[in-house]
Amino acid sequence: MNCKVIDLGIIDYKEAYALQQKYAKEVLDGSDQVLILCEHPTVLTMGRLAKESNVLYSKDKLKEIGVDVLGIDRGGDVTLHAKGQLVAYPILNLANYGKDLRKYLFKLEQVVIDLLSDFDIVANRLSGKTGAWVGDKKIASIGIGVRKWVSIHGLALNVNTDLNHFAMINPCGLNVSMTSVSQVLGRDIEINEVKQVLIDCFCSQFGMKKGQ
Amino acid sequence: MPELGEDIEKATVACFHYNIGDHVNADDDIVEVVTDKATFNVPTNVSGDISNILVAVGQEIEVGQVIACIDEEKNYESEIQ
Repeated sequence: MNCKVIDLGIIDYKEAYALQQKYAKEVLDGSDQVLILCEHPTVLTMGRLAKESNVLYSKDKLKEIGVDVLGIDRGGDVTLHAKGQLVAYPILNLANYGKDLRKYLFKLEQVVIDLLSDFDIVANRLSGKTGAWVGDKKIASIGIGVRKWVSIHGLALNVNTDLNHFAMINPCGLNVSMTSVSQVLGRDIEINEVKQVLIDCFCSQFGMKKGQ
Repeated sequence: MPELGEDIEKATVACFHYNIGDHVNADDDIVEVVTDKATFNVPTNVSGDISNILVAVGQEIEVGQVIACIDEEKNYESEIQ
């Protein structure tokens, strides 16, 4: 199977969401599966199970600093996106992978674990807390939406994100600290250094080759 | 509710895309359910008018549980799981 990799660079959340919908329709119609890569300007997204109390800044404060809060159709609680965070939206037909939501989430976690291993970072799963963790700190968040067994949304890996942004929220409602690739390694890592590794780990995990 | 994968026995009703009395076509998504990290849209496999909705937003439902009833154009009722 070919994987069409689309790098959107820095893109507004809503624009990227519209593109996910477009590609999901194409994948459902039989086109090659897609991996969208991007970064978002700072935004908070509320999954279907999000509690407003997990947004720690007031609405006025968020408005003042220009951060939108968007309700979206993925699982999970509140998530923050910001520059320096590599976001991957796989648009996959999960009928190709056994129509199993939990196995798909497990495979996404494995992509992040494999990627980080390439940077000599040991990341783990924590039972009952989907995502990728380094020690007790969360480095990647995962949440998906599925329609006709085609996936949207995906994973967000902190590469060199300003971790101070996470003061706005209680990430995923878990009262956890976040970390980043740069923080773990103690040096600045650029998004571009991570992208190709992510593509390779993703294609390997899902049995695909990067197509045109 | 359809099977969503091994070890997933329950999900929570997130929202309905239609109301009682609405007409739906086969393959339309009628309800969105959510597990901890995934949303899933449940389609109907028949066309007709929704005659009853048996679950509520926020309710936890089990695989196999009937979500809604559809009065088919052939004038018999189907249950959507």
